[in-house]
Amino acid sequence: MSADTSSTAPKTSDLPESLAEIVTDLYETDPSDRLEVLLEFSSDLPELPQRFSDHPELLEPVPECQSPIFLVTEVDHPEEGEQARVDLHFSAPPEAPTTRGFAGILHEGLNGQTAEVVLSIPSDLPLRLSMTDAVSPLRLRGMSGMLSRIQRQVSERIGKITQG
Amino acid sequence: MSTSIPADTTAKFAEYADGTRLVSTDWVAEHAGDPGLVIVESDEDVLLYETGHIPGAVKVDWHTELNDSLTRDYLDGEGFAALLSAKGISRDDTIVFYGDKSNWWAAYALWVFSLFGHEDVRLMDGGRAKWQAEGRELTKDKPQPTPTEYPVVDRDDSTLRAFLPEVRDSLGKRPLIDVRSPEEYSGERTHMPNYPEEGALRGGHIPSAQSVPWAKAANEDGTFKSVAELKEIYTDQAGLGTSDEVIAYCRIGERSSHTWFVLQHLLGYDNVRNYDGSWTEWGNAVRVPIATGSEPGEVPGR
Repeated sequence: MSADTSSTAPKTSDLPESLAEIVTDLYETDPSDRLEVLLEFSSDLPELPQRFSDHPELLEPVPECQSPIFLVTEVDHPEEGEQARVDLHFSAPPEAPTTRGFAGILHEGLNGQTAEVVLSIPSDLPLRLSMTDAVSPLRLRGMSGMLSRIQRQVSERIGKITQG
Repeated sequence: MSTSIPADTTAKFAEYADGTRLVSTDWVAEHAGDPGLVIVESDEDVLLYETGHIPGAVKVDWHTELNDSLTRDYLDGEGFAALLSAKGISRDDTIVFYGDKSNWWAAYALWVFSLFGHEDVRLMDGGRAKWQAEGRELTKDKPQPTPTEYPVVDRDDSTLRAFLPEVRDSLGKRPLIDVRSPEEYSGERTHMPNYPEEGALRGGHIPSAQSVPWAKAANEDGTFKSVAELKEIYTDQAGLGTSDEVIAYCRIGERSSHTWFVLQHLLGYDNVRNYDGSWTEWGNAVRVPIATGSEPGEVPGR
């Protein structure tokens, strides 16, 4: 019912190649098939490593999402600053496939990137996924919540901001 | 009801005011595929249907299919006819709704369909979670319904739906039920615990409204509580008694559809309306009074 906002290709020049590819693929996917693509991301979301599944308190909840999701970022060599590698881990139940799908996109697009790349991701990324009509803007907000938490955690880990 | 699809004769349902509005998972397993019966899945999560659904079920998504976001309203008669035609639903079909979260969204879809007077609408007691917990079949195969000629029917907003001016006029005269969480009711927060902020400037509730969180009507497994338990909750504790008119509201009208179903169909209150503008309208409106804290509060002088 909402206006079609995806008539022109979304901007990708400020995104890392991995995310640019996802954004372009979704744009080029027939609108009726975009949910299927999201479902694939949902299914491909890796299981939480045992060191985190044994310690769920290490994960941060994302209350902006309509379903329970928890995430944690890892930076093994924070002394490398913005060049340090970032790993992402998510936990969301199978009965929340939409949330898992958005987590899957972030994982596919950002896992293993440098802190600099992770921190450079524009906050309007969810709106560039051509999903507004298929999913609704409200449901996209949860993804913004995940992204902002990932970026805040990474900033803290490399010492760009201090924990309050 | 006029259709040829039989009611579920489960003993629990017979106790409700209109037990024909409920069917069990057993009943659905037995009747799925019957001509004249359409099963509709309606979930909070827009992808859940795609992960697997009851064989033959079609999906209706409230965000993308039932709303007209440009007017903050539901779709109109033509839009509804086009939607149901595309889903392969005829005007005299029996529709069984089911979904996630104790049928909260399924009840919402059922309520919207009721605005268009689609007569035979039922809920599958326990919803999606119960079907799954029982290990019943789910499929990813999407049905390809043959489009029907669904008539264009005007939406009736006067019977099952309440608007802000009517709610304001009701203060002190008719019971109001606030079905949100206790924290939203008291004003401590303006959105559901663990849910996104959807924008209300003030926290609190409509003066005189009784707090009955919607999920009180459901058992742990998502099925509806017995008629005796529901009477205790609504008729006695919330003081509805023999009221002939009740208005339920929540934040945007979804959770209160679940309560609407309970009051209208399971307890048989005659005139139950859902105020779908709910707190995101009332909490923001100018010169509209609110009450804070855990008590219903006084109706302000007019």
